[in-house]
Amino acid sequence: MPTSQSERPESPESPESPESSEALGPVGRAGGEVYDLAVVGAGPAGLAAAVTAAELGLRCALVDAGPRPGGQYYRHPAPGLGAARPERLHHGWAAFARLSGRLKAHTGARRLDYLTDHHIWTMERGEIWQLHATLGSEWTGAAGRAVVRARSVLLATGAYERQLPFPGWTLPGVVTAGGAQAMLKSGLVLPGRRIVVAGSGPLLLAAASSLVSAGAEVPAVVEATDYLHYARSLATLAANPAKLVEGARHGVTLLRHGVRLRRGSAVVEAHGTDRVTAVTVARLDRDWRPVPGTARRIACDALAVGHGLVPQIELATELGARIRRTPDGTVALAVDDGLRTSLPGLWAAGETCGVGGADLAVAEGESAARVIAGRPVPAALRAFRQRRRAFAELMAAAHRPGPGWPQWLRADTEVCRCEEVPAARIREAVTELGAADARTVKLLTRAGMGWCQGRMCGPAVACLSGGGPARADSRPLARPVPLAQLADLEPS
Amino acid sequence: MRRTPAELVGAQPAAAYTIEFDGRELPALPGRSIAAVLWAQDILAWRTTRVGGRPRGAFCGIGVCFDCLATVNGRPNQRTCLLPARPGDVVTTQEGHGRADLAV
Repeated sequence: MPTSQSERPESPESPESPESSEALGPVGRAGGEVYDLAVVGAGPAGLAAAVTAAELGLRCALVDAGPRPGGQYYRHPAPGLGAARPERLHHGWAAFARLSGRLKAHTGARRLDYLTDHHIWTMERGEIWQLHATLGSEWTGAAGRAVVRARSVLLATGAYERQLPFPGWTLPGVVTAGGAQAMLKSGLVLPGRRIVVAGSGPLLLAAASSLVSAGAEVPAVVEATDYLHYARSLATLAANPAKLVEGARHGVTLLRHGVRLRRGSAVVEAHGTDRVTAVTVARLDRDWRPVPGTARRIACDALAVGHGLVPQIELATELGARIRRTPDGTVALAVDDGLRTSLPGLWAAGETCGVGGADLAVAEGESAARVIAGRPVPAALRAFRQRRRAFAELMAAAHRPGPGWPQWLRADTEVCRCEEVPAARIREAVTELGAADARTVKLLTRAGMGWCQGRMCGPAVACLSGGGPARADSRPLARPVPLAQLADLEPS
Repeated sequence: MRRTPAELVGAQPAAAYTIEFDGRELPALPGRSIAAVLWAQDILAWRTTRVGGRPRGAFCGIGVCFDCLATVNGRPNQRTCLLPARPGDVVTTQEGHGRADLAV
């Protein structure tokens, strides 16, 4: 089997650190072994699934793109940074500590293979599934690939952030809310000193809370919805007191730091030439149209922005897995009670089934592993999952972008960041050239054709083209793959 | 005096090493990505776009958006938010597609 090969020297992270993959067991190259289960993604859902499966006697491979377990939610500093209290940047760190403790025990006892830095770019289905991985974060040669074989697969690939463009959003200093979180959690760095947090969704409160705790000034949290939607389902709220406590905890942190929450408002422009120096905030009507005469400027040196999360499911949808539309307008994998997708042998858990947060992801990961191992799922676990799913649907409905947001675009606002396609060109494709869906707009304008493959502009382009977001985005290669690795594949 | 992220988590980092960015020597704490090393020096842009020549830096921070591309040790199009900084790395602002030598 080929081994990882890079032109760069080995990682400087100390191998004796308990967090490094070295200490968690050999970073195997999967060899010719056929696993009972391959779990893709070592975030909350994948970690819970893998350790549960190992405890139930399945031979399991936990495959992850990152160097350390935890996914995006439990991102934590590299060992070299010597963080004594990483839990200060996290909610629910104890749960993660327990999961990573179990992971360590199972990898140490060779009951589980934890494969780090494996970026799965496609899967082949069959009695025995084949998962093709490119190794390392960037630019390994033909030798830097691996194939993981397994009888069943659990997709726990999480989500990334949804973006809606606005004038100035490509300026340096404008970052995603999740990106600000990720850079802070892993690198202990901030994009600026005075950071406006804006967009929609519960991540904004969490991000703002982390940023102020880490020393940033947050002059405002700008949330497009009014939060009144939540009150429409009091029964669902009452059944999820922990989610309310979590929200209240962030609220208290923000109050203590004097952070103002502006509801029903949006950042409609970021100002600056080579970096952001201020933003304009305006009130929105119920359809998210800026209300004239309400604009006010807030000075800042960074903006963290995001509009909820998009499930990352292309590995499954490329194989034809059935999808469902979520109340916030994204697409998730459709699963049954036992977390089976429509493809025999493929399960999903966590955000891939619809964004719902870390504790739901853990419950789903554990449930899926039990089903795969042929064991019953305890009633309490089922009930917890149902309560949290109901809350997730309520949350998604509350933060669904209103149809009026494109009104804050200007003709020259770049919609596709990679290919630098302005709003005017997309509107021209729709109104002058007759494009009626995102794919046609892409072919006419190149919007969504660049490096990120439409992950940043996709939701916006779908909305502007009027075709609706019902379809899953098609990405035959889920990750960039060096041509040398494609050439190295055996013909099937 | 506001606190820093490092103070929040009680960080006791190992000794810093240096990397080079556009001819400047920058201190790099072990384990930080190249993007994090640059942010720590208040550098937010290390690429110019192919069409408009506009500055870009890290946006999504998790390897999805590809805005944080730079030329690292002569190799263009490296996602600096994923790539750990290593002693002696030479990072240069990437102009356009970073392949000016190919004259395409």
